[in-house]
Amino acid sequence: MQLTSYLALSAILFSIGLYGVLTKRNAVIVLFCIELMLNAANLNFVAFSKFGLFPGLTGQVFTLFTITIAAAEAAVGIAILIALYRNVQSAEADRYDSMKG
Amino acid sequence: MSAQVALLIPLFPFLAFLLLIFGRRFWGEKAAAGIGIIATFASFAVTLPVLWGSLGKGQTITWSIPWFHLGEKAVFLSMRLEPVNVLMLVIVSGVSFLVHLYSYGYMRKDERFTVFYAYLTLFTFSMLGLVMSANLLQIYFFWELVGVCSFLLVGFWYFKPEAKEAARKAFVVTRIGDVGLFIAIALLYWHVGSFEVMDVKAAVLNGKLTPGIITLTAILIFVGAVGKSGQFPLHTWLPDAMEGPTPVSALIHAATMVAAGVYLVADLFFLFTASHQAMNVVAYVGGFTAIFAATIGVAQNDIKRVLAYSTVSQLGYMMLALGSTGYVAGMFHLMTHAFFKALLFLCAGAVIVSLHHEQDLRKMGGLWKTHRWLGYSFLIGCLAISGIPPFSGFFSKDEILESAYADGRTGLFIVGVLAAFFTAFYMFRLFFMVFAGQARGEKNREPVPRVMMVPILILAFMSIISGFFNTPGDRLAHWLTRTGTATISLEHAPVWISAVAIVVAAAGIFLAYAMYASERISPERVAKSVPWAYQVVYRKYYLDELYRAVLVWPLKGLGWILTGFDRFLIGGLVYLSAWIAQLVGRIGSRLQNGQAQTYVLISLIGFVILIVGLTAGRLFP
Repeated sequence: MQLTSYLALSAILFSIGLYGVLTKRNAVIVLFCIELMLNAANLNFVAFSKFGLFPGLTGQVFTLFTITIAAAEAAVGIAILIALYRNVQSAEADRYDSMKG
Repeated sequence: MSAQVALLIPLFPFLAFLLLIFGRRFWGEKAAAGIGIIATFASFAVTLPVLWGSLGKGQTITWSIPWFHLGEKAVFLSMRLEPVNVLMLVIVSGVSFLVHLYSYGYMRKDERFTVFYAYLTLFTFSMLGLVMSANLLQIYFFWELVGVCSFLLVGFWYFKPEAKEAARKAFVVTRIGDVGLFIAIALLYWHVGSFEVMDVKAAVLNGKLTPGIITLTAILIFVGAVGKSGQFPLHTWLPDAMEGPTPVSALIHAATMVAAGVYLVADLFFLFTASHQAMNVVAYVGGFTAIFAATIGVAQNDIKRVLAYSTVSQLGYMMLALGSTGYVAGMFHLMTHAFFKALLFLCAGAVIVSLHHEQDLRKMGGLWKTHRWLGYSFLIGCLAISGIPPFSGFFSKDEILESAYADGRTGLFIVGVLAAFFTAFYMFRLFFMVFAGQARGEKNREPVPRVMMVPILILAFMSIISGFFNTPGDRLAHWLTRTGTATISLEHAPVWISAVAIVVAAAGIFLAYAMYASERISPERVAKSVPWAYQVVYRKYYLDELYRAVLVWPLKGLGWILTGFDRFLIGGLVYLSAWIAQLVGRIGSRLQNGQAQTYVLISLIGFVILIVGLTAGRLFP
């Protein structure tokens, strides 16, 4: 029954992250929430590599990759945000609507 | 005299029409009037040798070329100038020329002067084409064309609501008759297999048509004539058509177009003489119209309307004559009527101009002192139409009465005599109210321009002498019946008919004199002694009201229902589909708001639906 509690935690984290991505107006918080969702996925990987049907190291190695990529993603994301802030003078996500048709 | 020369007759006005209508911004008033006058004069000049050829040498010009093919059969464009056609050509081109001349004075300073002349020349072309045609399809073609010209010219001052109404009424009411004519032509084509008048005539004379078909087609053709010639019960458009300019009333609604119905009956007379019933219909409708319109004319107060009812009544006379086999009498009266009625209308136009466009009889009077020549001309017209010798109307009307009597239609003969009394009465009522006594309204009189007086005097001259074309010696009768058209013999007609006609006309004139000139009998007292009769006549027997209640309103109601069906049911469906598309578009544009968060939310919803769909499917194996 260990696996279920891990998966539950992961699901709660993912949902909180998704909620934040969808509702928060501050773009920085949106980025943080994306990190939260990534970490929920990581937790799944680790949990399955330990308690899954075919236990092994692959899941943990994938997690390491994901953390690295998340760091890179955060760096690029923050950089884009700063560039956007310079253009729009705002960190509010709903002000970034230049995609409007 | 070759056919090519005769073809020039309608060509001149047509060329003038093209010149005028395409150059309507280019021509000045003088140039436009000049084109119209020269073209119609040229037509008239060409008709003279044709008339000479027909009168002297007895020549009948024929001409025919293939027009188009209807299945296997060729339809021809054809012309055949028998005496009756030549007579109509001379009348139409002559009166048309005089009216073109007169219009230069009457229409001066009108904004659309050139367009007026263009329509007038188009009318002349169509009317000349109509009387030259020897092919029923061609006749129908020109028949509609003169109707269109009448519509355009009645509604010439379209900014007046009455004129617009009148134009529409003229078009719609005559159309009712035209349907009859169209059916008759289709029936004849079906049974004879040709549109040529000569082929139809041959078929009728050889007995190829059954009596039933002959009667039916003759009556249907007469329905067309009833519409065009303003016979009861389709006469109501003609008095309203007086909203058009006066030269138009003189040319179209007195001398030529309204006589087209009479001409049509005369042209297809072989069809009518072959059917006793059809002749009865023609005679009785004509006789009834003659007395009916004459009584209405007694109580009208608009100078042109009185003349319009008089036209209706005189056309009724012509129909009465034709129905009584009085072919010559009918055509003779058509000719004299064209002259004296055009004269009366042109005089009325001159009166209207000199009184600054006043048309109400009650506001006129005393013109005799200031406009002596106009007074003489008008008097000649009145004497002619009343049938006082030696003016032209006497001879032709006398022939009509003799025809009716000789044909054994005693009832219609009495009706004709009574109508003659009313005719004399209302014409002289008109004359005395306009010319006698003192001025009642407008005191400041304009002189009549000379260009208007010249046609009036020419027509006055024609109104005096045209009666002598047939008497003594019956020259017109011999000429017209040369091709063997049936007409009644008047050799044994009793002499007392002429005397009765003169006495009755004189009585009418005397009554008018007593009531409106010497004022021994007060018209108001007479009207008050029979108030209901006066009202009925004044309101034209309530026919307009009756038609409105029985025909116009129900049809309008049906129109409204159909409009409602169209607008709310059909239109509603169309609007609904448009509204749905709009709604979808609006939702779509709401989604495309450029915010990444919304897009994510929608993808999420889509994803959830997808997952639910996939998993729910498993629950229902």
